[in-house]
Amino acid sequence: MTKSYDIMIVGIGGQGTILASNILGEACLIEGRSVRGAETHGMAQRGGSVESHIRIDGKYGPLIAPGTADILIGFDMLEGLRYSHYLKNGGRMVLNHRMVVPTSVFVQGLSLPSEEGIIARLSGKDLCLIDAERIAGEAGSPLSANVVMLGAASLHFPLRADSLLTAVQRLVPPHTVVVNTRAFETGRAAGQTC
Amino acid sequence: MERRYLLGNEAIAHGCLESPISFVSGYPGTPSSEVIEVLSSLPDRSYYTEWSVNEKVALENALAAAWCGIRALCTMKHVGLNVAADPLMTSAYTGVTGGLVIMAADDPFAHSSQNEQDSRMYAKFARIPCLDPATIQEAHDMVRDAFSLSEELGLPVLFRPTTRICHSKGDVELGPVIENTRKGEFHRDPRQYVVIPAHTRILHKKLNEKQPKVRKKLHETGYNHATLRGRRAVIASGIAATYVQEVLPADISFMKIGAYPIDEEWLAEFVRLHDEVLVIEELAPVLEEVVREVAGCVTVFGKKDGHSPWEGELAPDSVARIMASCGFSPAMTFPPVTPVPDLPPRPPILCAGCMHRPVFSAIRKVFRDGIYPSDIGCYTLGIQLGAVDTTICMGASITIGSGISHSGEEREIIATIGDSTFLHTGIQGLLNAVYNGARMTIVILDNRTTAMTGHQPNPTTGLTACGTPAPQVSLEALCRACGVQFVETVDPYDMTSLTYALKEAKERPGVKVIIAKQICVINARRAGIKRGKYRVDQETCTGCGICISFGCPAIERLEEKASIGELCSGCSVCAQLCPAGAIRKEGPR
Repeated sequence: MTKSYDIMIVGIGGQGTILASNILGEACLIEGRSVRGAETHGMAQRGGSVESHIRIDGKYGPLIAPGTADILIGFDMLEGLRYSHYLKNGGRMVLNHRMVVPTSVFVQGLSLPSEEGIIARLSGKDLCLIDAERIAGEAGSPLSANVVMLGAASLHFPLRADSLLTAVQRLVPPHTVVVNTRAFETGRAAGQTC
Repeated sequence: MERRYLLGNEAIAHGCLESPISFVSGYPGTPSSEVIEVLSSLPDRSYYTEWSVNEKVALENALAAAWCGIRALCTMKHVGLNVAADPLMTSAYTGVTGGLVIMAADDPFAHSSQNEQDSRMYAKFARIPCLDPATIQEAHDMVRDAFSLSEELGLPVLFRPTTRICHSKGDVELGPVIENTRKGEFHRDPRQYVVIPAHTRILHKKLNEKQPKVRKKLHETGYNHATLRGRRAVIASGIAATYVQEVLPADISFMKIGAYPIDEEWLAEFVRLHDEVLVIEELAPVLEEVVREVAGCVTVFGKKDGHSPWEGELAPDSVARIMASCGFSPAMTFPPVTPVPDLPPRPPILCAGCMHRPVFSAIRKVFRDGIYPSDIGCYTLGIQLGAVDTTICMGASITIGSGISHSGEEREIIATIGDSTFLHTGIQGLLNAVYNGARMTIVILDNRTTAMTGHQPNPTTGLTACGTPAPQVSLEALCRACGVQFVETVDPYDMTSLTYALKEAKERPGVKVIIAKQICVINARRAGIKRGKYRVDQETCTGCGICISFGCPAIERLEEKASIGELCSGCSVCAQLCPAGAIRKEGPR
């Protein structure tokens, strides 16, 4: 029994976590690998915290148990910290260097950890910080930040870069293929510098 | 044959196309909605598709289609089956000629639901077959084959996937789509379709006599299977079976159940080959009860002896812990981990520019000491704004409100209900409230869509499930027809008119209805409606915090002043609320 390679993608509803997980699924199909995934649908997507589980070579259920994920991709720093217990010991975290303040902080006056505080609390992890919005903007559209993040994390996936890139090109809207191709490649290059 | 990476519900929809189906109806409900969304959006449809106004209506429509000899699918979430329970129970008596598959999607952990009921109990209650898939592939295969199973047995089949099937993804092997060529024809047969006592007594007897055949036929499907490996066994059902397989050691036998009712002789034979048996299933102990009935002196572990939980969803780690607690060493153990404490939560929130927010804000102002019964939709999030006191099930805002008004409670009652929910089961409550002289104000939050479940059209939208034009129902005329004297329609972005209408309603006796009408902000964005953006003038802002407490996700606090971010949709409500006049539309003045 080969163990699956387990990826968590976390963020905020609307940030494109579902597209990122679809790209991974498509890349697995291209390589003829089995894959399982679970994601948040329904009202939880309304600006709430969302999580996607993707298990490359997964043959059983779609859920990744806490403490066992091989890699965690966080589209938001606070969400990365919130789900950090899903990572296995020595697991890698690729984190977007950006934090959207939850409305609850303003309305209920809750305290929010600072960016430095979050980085300090993740000190035991193999952390790679990516400025995804900036890289995406340079690639042509800040909306491609999700593909930048996927590119940055992709060095660690047991998948070929060309399968992932083909999957990106198949799944993004046709008029954004050029931008997203660049977003993937520059994201991957940024991941290499971590 | 084709292999694709699909959402469970997409795979289920494809399974239906391979059957093929002739008729589809349902009411949206997480996690079931995408099946009809897929089926209604495909080009070249050879089958009829509708979003019905509620689940009872949907099931009766589908039942009629199946009586006419065509294959019908009816989809809903688990609690929708409560609404459809009336036709469900008797449809088992009348039976069907065309295949009828009722998909009731269960939601262990209540990710998006008001309870965690187990639809397998309904199948047992109605004495109809129940299929409980363990994987997306199995869900696809089961639903594809369920229609012919239904025809062979002459019974509706309950198909019960759970959230982690519907909203999971996997690589799925698909078969060819088959074009529907059946055409319905009703054959008059009062003894079958008119359930007067003289007929129904006979039909009930026939239903009971069918049961051995049902068990035998379901056993032949192969959805229930077992492997003998030792003196101890795990028996699991639905998606929990995959969690068990992930952590199952080589010396423990395994039985997987996907179809009910179970062939009890086969089950008994398996159980008695073991010394100890552990039953793993989510929610109710439906499988465990059957195992205990046949177990004799074999030790059975499960929910009834406290090893396994009755609520919530399972996962590989919780299954491993249950196994360990019974002395079944799992093949894998999981490190104990604790989530990071004390982080600010990020719950779902009403969108920036959502029409519900100003309504709740105005209600709180005008009916300061009011009681706020509410209903099921995005607007249940009004709980964050302190304007939702009750929610129990679809349509219950008005009925709970009228019940409170007759209880002797003297405070003002102001109920909120969405357009789709009002049309689902709100109308009857309104009719009843007017008829029996209740005292309350009802605000219909009319955003012209069923937003929470993914913007499915309803009779206020002007479109059917397949996008063809349909007459738009007049909520105003509907309320007047129920006998409401005071019916006012207002734009919730216009705080002055909204507040005025609420104050006027407060002064009047009886049942009053205000229809707050404004297109859902997500649909407005998709339609390309641009209202400009608002900005806070930092000089004028006094930092009073009134706009912050409005709770719009576009409004942030920077230092001591407010600021509006990119999420702003231009609804202008915060500008109307600002006492300092510091919020203005962007651009030249």
